[in-house]
Amino acid sequence: MPGARVVKNRTEFEGRIYEQLALVQGIDLRAWPADAELRQVGRPRPRIDGVQRVSGRARYTTDVVLPGMLHARILRSPHPHARVVRVDAKRALSLSGVRAVIHRGNAPRHFAEEVRYVGEHVAAVAAESEEVAEDALRLIEVEYEVLPFVVELEDALKDRSRAQRKESYSRGDVRRGFKEADAVVEATYRTATQLHNSLEPHGAVAVWDGDRLTLHESTQAVFDVRTGVAAALGVGLDEVRVICDFMGGGFGSKLGHGHYSEIAAALAKQLGRPVRCVLDRHEENLATGNRSASLQKLRVGARKDGRLIAIEHVAWSGTGTEAGWVAATTGPTNSLYDAPNVRSEQHLVLTNTGPFSAFRAPGYVEGTFALESALDELAEKLGVDPLALRKRNYARTDPQSGKRYSLKRLDACYARGAELIGWPRRKPGGAQGRTSYLRRGLGVATQVWGGGGGPPSYATVHLNADGTAVVRTGLQDIGSGTRTAIAQIAAEELSLDLDHVRLSSGDTDAPYAPASGGSQTTASVGPAVRLAAADARRQLLEAAAGLMEVRASEARLVDGRVIAGRGGKKLPVSEIFQKLENYTVIGKGSRHPNPSDVWLRSFGAHFAEVEVDTRTGSVRVHKIVAVHDIGRVVNPLNAASQVEGGVIQALGYALMEGRVLDRPSGHVMNANLEDYRVPTAKDVPEVVVEFVGEPDRRANNLGGKGLGEPPIIPTAAAIANAIANACGARVRVLPMTPSRVLEALRR
Amino acid sequence: MPIRLDVNGEARSVHAAPRRTLLDVLRYDLGLTGAKKVCDRGDCGACTVLVDGQPIYACLMLAVACEGKRIETIEGSAPELDAIQQAFVAHDAYQCGYCTPGQIMALAGLLRYLAQPSEEQVRIAVAGNLCRCGAYPKIVAAGLAAARARAKAK
Repeated sequence: MPGARVVKNRTEFEGRIYEQLALVQGIDLRAWPADAELRQVGRPRPRIDGVQRVSGRARYTTDVVLPGMLHARILRSPHPHARVVRVDAKRALSLSGVRAVIHRGNAPRHFAEEVRYVGEHVAAVAAESEEVAEDALRLIEVEYEVLPFVVELEDALKDRSRAQRKESYSRGDVRRGFKEADAVVEATYRTATQLHNSLEPHGAVAVWDGDRLTLHESTQAVFDVRTGVAAALGVGLDEVRVICDFMGGGFGSKLGHGHYSEIAAALAKQLGRPVRCVLDRHEENLATGNRSASLQKLRVGARKDGRLIAIEHVAWSGTGTEAGWVAATTGPTNSLYDAPNVRSEQHLVLTNTGPFSAFRAPGYVEGTFALESALDELAEKLGVDPLALRKRNYARTDPQSGKRYSLKRLDACYARGAELIGWPRRKPGGAQGRTSYLRRGLGVATQVWGGGGGPPSYATVHLNADGTAVVRTGLQDIGSGTRTAIAQIAAEELSLDLDHVRLSSGDTDAPYAPASGGSQTTASVGPAVRLAAADARRQLLEAAAGLMEVRASEARLVDGRVIAGRGGKKLPVSEIFQKLENYTVIGKGSRHPNPSDVWLRSFGAHFAEVEVDTRTGSVRVHKIVAVHDIGRVVNPLNAASQVEGGVIQALGYALMEGRVLDRPSGHVMNANLEDYRVPTAKDVPEVVVEFVGEPDRRANNLGGKGLGEPPIIPTAAAIANAIANACGARVRVLPMTPSRVLEALRR
Repeated sequence: MPIRLDVNGEARSVHAAPRRTLLDVLRYDLGLTGAKKVCDRGDCGACTVLVDGQPIYACLMLAVACEGKRIETIEGSAPELDAIQQAFVAHDAYQCGYCTPGQIMALAGLLRYLAQPSEEQVRIAVAGNLCRCGAYPKIVAAGLAAARARAKAK
């Protein structure tokens, strides 16, 4: 196998392109052809860890209990902006069961002098029980110097120190484009701040063994937590081990280490005992990230024949206190349609609210709502069918780079989706429901996203003496079923049953694997695992051929048996190696770079059927049809679950979810799961899921791309378009609550 | 204070402060971490267990109020559990799985009193159990499949 070498690679992550160097080993395999007879990959398989999930035995970070473990709770700022003048912990420390209090005064590394939002951490207590730690928080006396603040996006826009242009893009000449347009739609769209509310809270359990920290953390990225915590503590990477076995959701909010990780580690070090620091639901809704609220101005112009001639999109996203980056709201505008003249700007707006973080397709969700709503408004104005308008402006090559796509079957998504929803039923002006005040309508919207994954990612496959296999790779399973997909890939290459493949993962002591984010996990790790399995198989066959006295090229591995020669000997692996007693064959694999001559993207189309009660403004979504093009689907059962979940999360975003701030105090008024409404089993419509399924053989050796984020992207726009079709109410503000629908109806 | 509980058919005694919830006693004092703490105020259902056969939110019940009561959790062997658990695995009725023990216990409570529920009744039974991953369509399908499997076995 050729040794390590450094290669160039281009990867898309969370809507942006990154050019990086990566270290790879060996030679890549070609993707399986479309007609390959695969026995594991592409088959619906229940989760390999399903039994643990249904029996309560799955151990999540919050379930980790270690001998002598202490509980930490965090004191948070009641002010949206203040200077911490003094912290007095004397009374807290005198409470029975309290072991330590850390704050600005004694742990300046972990607490800032200036707090910038309600809920920023000010001090932390470690105590023998959670209840005592909670009691102690009330005994900590903090003197604050209260400072001026702004919490609402539209208030902060006026302030130049808070609103900054972060990105701009243009092609062609939009001014000339709009002059040549026969129809122009100009509209402003607004979206609310969405709170992740992963059911497992953010948290960590820290334990030191001498100089080495082991951190159990609920995270989407064990390696990024390791880097962050090592830097925060000023120690080497070898001194921090991060473990995440089962994980209760993250949706983008758990992509790095948090203040809770640092606090748990610092207290555990100081006290010489394990410390658990897990946030409660209120804290989750203040201090662990959110999807930015957005204000978006869009202009879309087209010729009479429906050909898009110009698009202009300016987006302001409220990032709270996060100044480093902003979501790519204008990404879909720049890349979805074949429009010759496009100009866009992305602004970041700082407010005194909790910092935003990635949230499942950050930016693309907000931007697609605006763009795909505007496209329907344009179709209405031109008097053309909205689906026809989209097909009319279909991008055959990537509009930004000019490159061909590795594969694009959005056309098939449109065709199949239209068939499944019954698109020909759609009439301008909608249809009447059971009674005169109920109006029914259909809507469509399109999704574009990355998710091709890329290097670096590594795996080893260890073959045991009885023919079973262990796959070792650091990846964590956010809950999407990645571990099962990875096991299927290894089982395919090793020709083993799925229950003979185990995974050792979620641990930084294993080979590097990337974050479970950016829809990249399976497409990044899977190809490395396939190569590792192929390497292990090759070594096994070489050794077996020697023992069987045949040439290695004549030996094949089928169902744990080595078959040598044409119709030759068939011997179980365990028998061939009987004399060896013990051995480990170790196969290695790394993720190779993406092709540089083509563009990797995933596509999809959602169709919605809704019923609007024109008396109350309430919207009932009856059906969502979701058709996605991600190349080869490794596990259609898990994949369908992921699409259903994305659609349902988007349904919440479209109709009910939104953080409510109290402007005078800066407090979040609905920081709980009663007032912040997420969909329940009673809210969900019929969701029909299909995949185009044609392998994208240029993408990687699996022929598949990622699916985590695509299904949340187009749903809100599809619902908005269906509402407009049903009753003529164009709602340009999310969530589309009954009062907003009524308001739009009256316009 | 001392509290005697019947947990999954075993007599258990714990010493807990009067303010300790049943959920904290199960998780911290008895090591039964299947029931999850998500909201700790009765909004989400992740801590659902059966108390005297009824599904309840363990975070809203004080442990002292359970003195002498029969408590069944996901770790136990309630007669409904097997069919529901198998159906959840077969239907992929979860994603992250954090809400799963609560969903299953809510359905166990339903099937104990209603052997052949309608789809709407299954939906109502889990309407108090949030799933942020959005596994609802398959949770409902699994609930119905479990009911059918049990009816067939009888």
